[in-house]
Amino acid sequence: MKVLVPIKRVIDYNVKVRVKSDNSNVDLANVKMAINPFCEIAVEEAIRLKEAGMATEVIAVSIGNKSCQEQLRTALALGADRAIQIETDENLDSLNIAKLLQKIVEEEQPQLVILGKQAIDSDNNQTGQMLGALTGMPQGTFASIIKIDGDKVNVTREVDDGLQTIALNLPAIVTTDLRLNEPRYASLPNIMKAKRKPLVVKPAADFGIDLSPRTKLVKVTPPATRQAGIIVETIDELVQKLKNEAKVIS
Amino acid sequence: MSILVFAEHDNSTLKTETFKTVAAAQAIGSDITLLVAGYNCQNVVDAASKVNGVSKVLVADNAVYEHQLAENISLLVLELASDYEHIIATALTTGKNFMPRVAALLDVTQISDIIAVDSTDTFIRPIYAGNAIATVQSLDSKKVITVRATGFDAVATDGDAEVVILDIAINAGISAHVSDELTVSERPDLGAAGIVISGGRGMQNGENFKLLEGIADKLGAAIGASRAAVDAGFVPNDMQVGQTGKIVAPDLYIAVGISGAIQHLAGMKDSKVIVAINKDAEAPIFQVADYGIVADLFDALPELESKL
Repeated sequence: MKVLVPIKRVIDYNVKVRVKSDNSNVDLANVKMAINPFCEIAVEEAIRLKEAGMATEVIAVSIGNKSCQEQLRTALALGADRAIQIETDENLDSLNIAKLLQKIVEEEQPQLVILGKQAIDSDNNQTGQMLGALTGMPQGTFASIIKIDGDKVNVTREVDDGLQTIALNLPAIVTTDLRLNEPRYASLPNIMKAKRKPLVVKPAADFGIDLSPRTKLVKVTPPATRQAGIIVETIDELVQKLKNEAKVIS
Repeated sequence: MSILVFAEHDNSTLKTETFKTVAAAQAIGSDITLLVAGYNCQNVVDAASKVNGVSKVLVADNAVYEHQLAENISLLVLELASDYEHIIATALTTGKNFMPRVAALLDVTQISDIIAVDSTDTFIRPIYAGNAIATVQSLDSKKVITVRATGFDAVATDGDAEVVILDIAINAGISAHVSDELTVSERPDLGAAGIVISGGRGMQNGENFKLLEGIADKLGAAIGASRAAVDAGFVPNDMQVGQTGKIVAPDLYIAVGISGAIQHLAGMKDSKVIVAINKDAEAPIFQVADYGIVADLFDALPELESKL
């Protein structure tokens, strides 16, 4: 069973972004970048499937300029077998990302595609579901448990009211939630080994897809800031403030 | 400007977030249809017909929609899509699950998680865990949108919409429901509660969350948690408030033993009044709190409970 893992290069989750002074976008110059945390969980899950003898090959794919090869090398160091970079300088909408991934799915014919549920930059939470629609595959989003069972995969999903388990016919799409697994760190020998693993570059333009933008970013502004309030000394004072000043309890 | 709004429900109750999503639809246009897709969901249909501002309720009541599987719901919405310029759902786990499928089937991209409407094609949404606010114009002919309910005020329930029963039951046949493991609670929903009290890593273990329960009972509050508390295994994930958990904006949010990581603030900083209880005076949570108290939560919580 082949497993395809699309990953995204994003701002490191510990970094707080700043909005550019001309409000055109956020400022990513000289900011530390990393593999999107949910994508890292996807890579880890694919590798565990391989270690468990369920998967035969793990292929990482990323869409972006040359710099995303850094994240593909990370995926290879973690245990992916080979990598594909779809090269573009454009910041593509989710639908166009899903269309490019659809082409890779057609070429590679994976039985399972594991993606992060959302990227922590755009916070869209769309690509996996869109890829499901385009490929006609079923989807298990926000997964906390994945179990391959013959020609099906059982996915336990984190939903608003608790957990839901569904059975999907393979091939299928899974998007990861935080509790699916805890990703490993790449060891130094594996980082060295990753440099020799195959990484193929394919220009996005070669896929024959109309990649014209579907959205226009009009402006980006900083959020309204909240003023820090006051420090109260006692619980009595707190209760009194909540009753009489904020009037939120009675 | 015809708008289709997907009703969020559990086959018995219409979720209050839907009233807020209809308010978002009203900011776009006035011809609003509500879609109720489920099974044995007459109670939801009755409630939906009373939502102010809705002119029509479409009902797809069939076993194939019982668990609102994304594969089946997306095909249903696709059938209806030609009559509408805007298709809108709440950004809860059901809407987040099936709506991007609808968008891709319609060959449009989705505008996720909007908090305000600028015009019929331009919307405002948080990015980077709410550390930046983007104004985004959709260039597609049809707009597929999910709404962050906390951005809008609920509409009233004095409407009288026409109910139309649909004869559509499409089973994609590629997915099936197996089981649910739902959290049963006497307390209000996190998303709907007027008061939320949340615990973080400072709670030390799941047993200590009992200290929050007495206070929650007195205040009629929901109980939440930070990702740190969930990751540490203190409480289940459906209690998580934050960028990747639930987004809440109650009248009062009490953060107990929560340091205030940006990912947590993303889920609660639009609350009207924030209280922080933390023994670390330097914790970032105090920078967003209206009232802070630097105290050991194991002293402060019993005292707070006794004085409410």
